[in-house]
Amino acid sequence: MSLEEYKGVFIFAQQVDNELSSIALELLGKAKNLAEDLDEKKVTAVLLGSGVKGLSDKLAEYGADRVIVVDDPALKDYRTEPYTHALASVINEFKPEILLVGATAIGRDLGPRVSSRVHTGLTADCTSLDIGDFPLNPTPGQEQKHKQLLMTRPAFGGNTIATIACPDFRPQMATVRPGVMQKIDPIKGAKAEIVEFNPGFEENNCYTEILKIVKEASSVADIQGAKILVSGGRGVGSAENFKLLDELAEVLGGTVSCSRAVVDSGWKPKDLQVGQTGKTVRPSLYFAIGISGAIQHVAGMEESDIIIAINKDENAPIFDVADYGVVGDLNKIVPALTKKIKEEMANKK
Amino acid sequence: MKIVVCIKQVPDTKGGVKFKPDGTLDRGAMLAIMNPDDKAGLEAALRLKDQYGAEVTVLTMGLPKADAVLREAFAMGADKAILVTDRVLGGADTWATSSTIAGAIRNLEYDLIITGRQAIDGDTAQVGPQISEHLNLPVISYAEEIKVDEKAKTVEVKRQFEDRYHIVKAKMPCLVTALSELNEPRYMTPGGIFDAFEKEVTVWGRNDLKDVDDSNLGLKGSPTQIAKASDKVKKGQGEKVAPESVDEAVDYIVGKLTEKHVI
Repeated sequence: MSLEEYKGVFIFAQQVDNELSSIALELLGKAKNLAEDLDEKKVTAVLLGSGVKGLSDKLAEYGADRVIVVDDPALKDYRTEPYTHALASVINEFKPEILLVGATAIGRDLGPRVSSRVHTGLTADCTSLDIGDFPLNPTPGQEQKHKQLLMTRPAFGGNTIATIACPDFRPQMATVRPGVMQKIDPIKGAKAEIVEFNPGFEENNCYTEILKIVKEASSVADIQGAKILVSGGRGVGSAENFKLLDELAEVLGGTVSCSRAVVDSGWKPKDLQVGQTGKTVRPSLYFAIGISGAIQHVAGMEESDIIIAINKDENAPIFDVADYGVVGDLNKIVPALTKKIKEEMANKK
Repeated sequence: MKIVVCIKQVPDTKGGVKFKPDGTLDRGAMLAIMNPDDKAGLEAALRLKDQYGAEVTVLTMGLPKADAVLREAFAMGADKAILVTDRVLGGADTWATSSTIAGAIRNLEYDLIITGRQAIDGDTAQVGPQISEHLNLPVISYAEEIKVDEKAKTVEVKRQFEDRYHIVKAKMPCLVTALSELNEPRYMTPGGIFDAFEKEVTVWGRNDLKDVDDSNLGLKGSPTQIAKASDKVKKGQGEKVAPESVDEAVDYIVGKLTEKHVI
């Protein structure tokens, strides 16, 4: 493999039901950012599906300079084999230096299968990506390579953090946790170069058949998109008592989320869960109310800009990550806080 | 029907993580357990065995002490166990691990391979799909239900996504990755525990792996390399107050929200 042949940052533009997933736009934001530090500045989105070409403009608005479209009926709904064939063929034809894939239920299946097919490394669930030297510091007897993708990810339930490189294989592949990277402000009317490519699809033993698709309509809010989260833990005490948090969220224009204990108790649906086994969030303000702060929870929210914790246990680990911690009874403080904020906001009008 | 279940011995992160006085993770002090998703995969295999009759082989790659999870699998009802262990296999990333396991599985007959979705130490979810690619098998990840049609030689799997599920049919042989939500794994039976120590674990080394080049094994065969690893540095502690009254608490928070232009 001649590594120099591989150029440019590519992202897998995940779409479901011909609608781009938010992660596709997040990856474009990061890809643009990475490309600034590379010789090839052009960012390419790889769009796979059936009748999806129309999504190219949106990808352009969010930072794609080029969109490679593989449009085929075999790609209508996600199936591992035809998607792997399509993406691996794009890699072999267009030779990206870097390929980013969302760490979604699709990407975490597609990424490993593709990396095996093209024989390269894949780093899972990255939370931070940079361009830099590998090894980080000059090491005797080892060539230090420059402009490598340095992929940082938590492991061990969020207890450790590792930075990983893929110096001798291309593309350098990473799956990236949704909700972590920032989209750019869309550039209205931006256009990308469109390249249509079809490697041909032939059924083989690896093809599966989708017998049924059942959508589980989610009536709950998108906690990853929220600017303000009011999050409750076991300390809230009951499903009913979450109304205190609902009221606080309402005056702040925020959204309610929760810890795993709350989901396990059946008080809130899993879609609202923040943490290692839930969602990663980085709002501008995160209220942790009656949340002890288990490491698995913290792994999902510590990147929030401001963290305010309210907990009656002064030794709760949540105070180690909170910017502002208040030791006290949430049942008294939260309703009083809601009332006060209402008054303050009324005064400002 | 022949089923191979891939399992991994992992440190238990759920039963409370232990730190050394210097703040780094104390792996030695943590219990080693069978990875939860893998245990669900084993349970799924044992249920298929109960229902249709099947031979269940568990396979693990690891240090010699990983023998313990194979014994546990025996006690739950597995029929055969294989430990793949060799110094040259150490330091493997997911590519090299999946190449190793695929090399071991090539020696076996199988209709179905079940792996856990992901292990709680690495959390990558990559090894299952990567094994399937090395063996040129269909893969269905994130299984919440597995049904087998023995006559047609197919499986039907409920495959979970964020906002939906698919019922997916695949031809056997195939590989399925299991979610721990799939089932509640059975306990070991007293008789099973007794038998577990009588039964023989097959131990394989590098030379027992089929059709794998040295360049795909261990640290040397790993495309990804660690640039830096550290136990997580805790964020610098912010302020913590213990107000005397509710009003004081509220004024404190409102003060901060105002200062930060939230309100």
